[in-house]
Amino acid sequence: MKSKLLSLPYIFWLIIFILIPTFLVVIFAFIDENYNFTTKWIIESGNYIGILFKSIYFAIISTLICFIIAFPIAFILSRSKKYIQKTLLMLIILPMWMNLLLRTYAWMTLLENNGIINQFLNFIGLGKINIINTPYAIILGMVYNYLPFMILPLYSVMTKIEKSIIEAAQDLGANYFVILCKILLPLSLSGIVAGITMVFVPSVSTFIISRMLGGGGNLLFGDIIEQQFIGSTYNPYMGSAMSLFLMIIILIIMWITNMIDKNKEDRQGMLL
Amino acid sequence: MNNILVELKHINFDYDGDVILDGLNLFVNKNEFLTLLGPSGCGKTTTLRLIGGFIFPKSGVIYFEGNNITKLPPHKRNLNTVFQRYALFPHLNLFDNVAFGLKLKKFSKDEIKKKVDKMLKIVNLTGYENRKTEELSGGQQQRVAIARALVNNPKILLLDEPLGALDLKLRKEMQIELKNIQKEAGVTFIYVTHDQEEALTMSDRIIIMKDGEIQQIGTPEDVYNEPKNAFVADFIGESNIMDGIMLLDRLVEIKGKKFKCVDIGFNKHLPVDVVVRPEDINLVFSPTFDDIDNEYIIFGKVINIIFKGVHYEITVSCDGIEWIVHTTINYKLNDSVYIEISPENIHIMEKMFKGESNIIDCFIEDIDTISFMGKTFKKPNHNFSSDDKLEVSILPNNIYIVSEDHSDIVGFLESLIYKGSYNELIFYTDKGKIMVHSQQEEQLGTYIGLKFDLDNIIVSKKGVK
Repeated sequence: MKSKLLSLPYIFWLIIFILIPTFLVVIFAFIDENYNFTTKWIIESGNYIGILFKSIYFAIISTLICFIIAFPIAFILSRSKKYIQKTLLMLIILPMWMNLLLRTYAWMTLLENNGIINQFLNFIGLGKINIINTPYAIILGMVYNYLPFMILPLYSVMTKIEKSIIEAAQDLGANYFVILCKILLPLSLSGIVAGITMVFVPSVSTFIISRMLGGGGNLLFGDIIEQQFIGSTYNPYMGSAMSLFLMIIILIIMWITNMIDKNKEDRQGMLL
Repeated sequence: MNNILVELKHINFDYDGDVILDGLNLFVNKNEFLTLLGPSGCGKTTTLRLIGGFIFPKSGVIYFEGNNITKLPPHKRNLNTVFQRYALFPHLNLFDNVAFGLKLKKFSKDEIKKKVDKMLKIVNLTGYENRKTEELSGGQQQRVAIARALVNNPKILLLDEPLGALDLKLRKEMQIELKNIQKEAGVTFIYVTHDQEEALTMSDRIIIMKDGEIQQIGTPEDVYNEPKNAFVADFIGESNIMDGIMLLDRLVEIKGKKFKCVDIGFNKHLPVDVVVRPEDINLVFSPTFDDIDNEYIIFGKVINIIFKGVHYEITVSCDGIEWIVHTTINYKLNDSVYIEISPENIHIMEKMFKGESNIIDCFIEDIDTISFMGKTFKKPNHNFSSDDKLEVSILPNNIYIVSEDHSDIVGFLESLIYKGSYNELIFYTDKGKIMVHSQQEEQLGTYIGLKFDLDNIIVSKKGVK
C-alpha cells in the first residue's frame, strides 16, 4: 500500500507529460481542421518517405561510426586503472555539459570554408576541404554529439567482464580476434543494444544538427516536422502525423534490435 | 634429468615498482602434483601467471620441455588454467564452455562431442550439458572449470586456489577428487594455495614461498617434519618455536634447560630456533627419563585447555615459557606436569634473522649527535671522531612498537612468530631488516611505527666487540 502511495507522483507525471501528449499526437494525426476523422495527413506524410529514408540512412551511418569508435574506447577504458577511468570518463562527459546548440555552432565555425580547420589544412599545404553544408558535416555532428551515449553503456557493461574471463579464453587458445568475436561482442551485447538505441533514436529525429551543419539542401525528417510547427507552413496535424510515422518506424527498428539480444530477461526495463 | 617439464630460472618480477619475485628458481617434474604454498602476497599466484603466460618476467627465463617460452603468449602454450573464481563464460552453456578450446583447435563436431562427453563423465557432470553456468552450484562450476581445461589434454594444469570459494566439506571432497583426476589423467598439476592442510593432503612436492622467495622445497613429510626455518614451521601445522642455543652436537639449551636432540654440525653456542610439534610433547606426572639431572627436567603447570574434537590443546607454562601440547588425555587446569620430548622430535633450525641484536651502521653528525637508519639522535659525549666507522647495536626488546606519528622509523612487518613468552617480529625497512621482541601482536604485511630506546643502545667502532 505504502509503495503504491509513493509511486503516485510518478504515475501523475507519466499520465500528464507522456501518455496524454502521445495520445494527443495520435488524435491530431487523424483529424482535420474541423475535427473530423481523416487519414489524409498520414497519406501525405508518405510524400516525405524519401527524406525519411535519408534520415534513417544518416542515423544508421552515424550509429555505426559511433559504435566503431566507442567499442575500443569503452574496452580500453574498462581495463584501465580506476583513476584513469574516472578522468577519461569525465573528459568524455564534459562536452555534454554544454548546450547542444552551442556545440553545433562551434562545429559550424570550425568547419567553415574559412574556418580554423581549413586555415590549418591550408597552412600545412593540404588545401581546403569543403565539408560544411554537406552530409559529411551532418554525420560528423551526429557522431560528435551522440558518441558519449554509445561509450557509456558499452563501458558500463564491459566493466562487468572479468579480466579472468578474457584470460581463460586466451588460455584455451583464443587469439585477439577470437576473443573479440566469441567473448567481448557477445558479452557486451546488452550494452551494444542500449548504445545503438541511445544514438540511433536522437539521430534519426534530429533537426538542429542537419540544419546548422547541412545547410538548406540537406533537410532531414526532423526538420520537416519542425517546419510543420514553427515554419510558415504551420500545420500541427501534418506534424503530428509525421511524428507518429517516425515513432512507429523507430519502434519497429528498436524491436528488431532487441531481437538480436535474445537473452534480455535482466534488462527488459532498459528499452521498451 | 629428463624428467623436468618446466623450469624457471632467475625470475624477477616487479609490479608498480614493488619487487614481487626476486631471482626465483624452480622446476616442475612430469606428472607431479606440485603445490605453491604461502601467505597472500608471497608471489605464488604471480609465479603461476608467469607460467601461464598472462604476465612476463622483467628478467629470467622460463623453459617448457627445454624450449624457451618466456615471451610466448598464453594461447600458444601447451597448458591450461583453472582460475580462482572459475571464469566460466557466462554466455555459453556447460557443453560450449567445455568445448571452447576444442572448437578453436578445429576438431570435428563428433570428436568434440566424444571428448566433452568423456570429460564430463570424469568430473561427474553428465546430463548437465545444456545448463547455463549461473544455474550450477559452486562445486559444479568448479568441476566445469577443470573439465574445460583438462579436455584440451594439456601437459600442465595450473590451478589458482580452485577450492577457495567452496565450503569445508565440499573442499575436502574436491581435494580427493582432484588428486584422483590428476592420477587418472596423468597430467602435471601446479597448484596454488594458502591452505597448508590442502597442500599437505594433495601434493607430491610443496614449494613454500614468502615475500617472493622460496623458503623450502620438499615432500609434505619433509616440510612438516624438517622445516628449514621458523617461518615454515609456523606456517605448516602448529608448532612451538623457541629460542635456543646449540651447546654441543645433539644438545640444545632453551631458557636454561637442556634438551637432547639429533642435530649435528651447528657451531658451538650458535643461537638457533627450536621447533617442537605440539603432538610430539609428552606430559607426565613424574619424570620417566633416566637423567635425574635437574637441567633436563622441565616442570610446569597446565594454564589453559581447549577441546578440539580429536584432541585437547593444552598450554603448559614452564618458567614463563608457554608450551602448546596436543594430547588425548584429559588434564585439569593447574595440574602440575613434566614435559618430555624425545630427541628426534626436536628440530633445530638456523635463525631467519642472524644474530641476537640489531647491528646497524652509524654515523657521527656532530659532537653530540649521531645518526642511523636515516634518523639523527642526540648522544652527548660519544667520544668518537668523525673518521671512525661506527655501528650501533640495539637489542630486540629495546625497540618499541608505537603509532606511526610517534615513531623513529616505519617498518613493514614480514614475520611474526610466538616464541613461548614473547613475539619475535621481523620488519623490513629500506635501510635493512630489524628484529623486535614484543608482547604486542600486529597484523602481518602492514606498516608499523617503531621507536628506539636510546638509553639502551651501544655505539661502537665497527668490528670491535
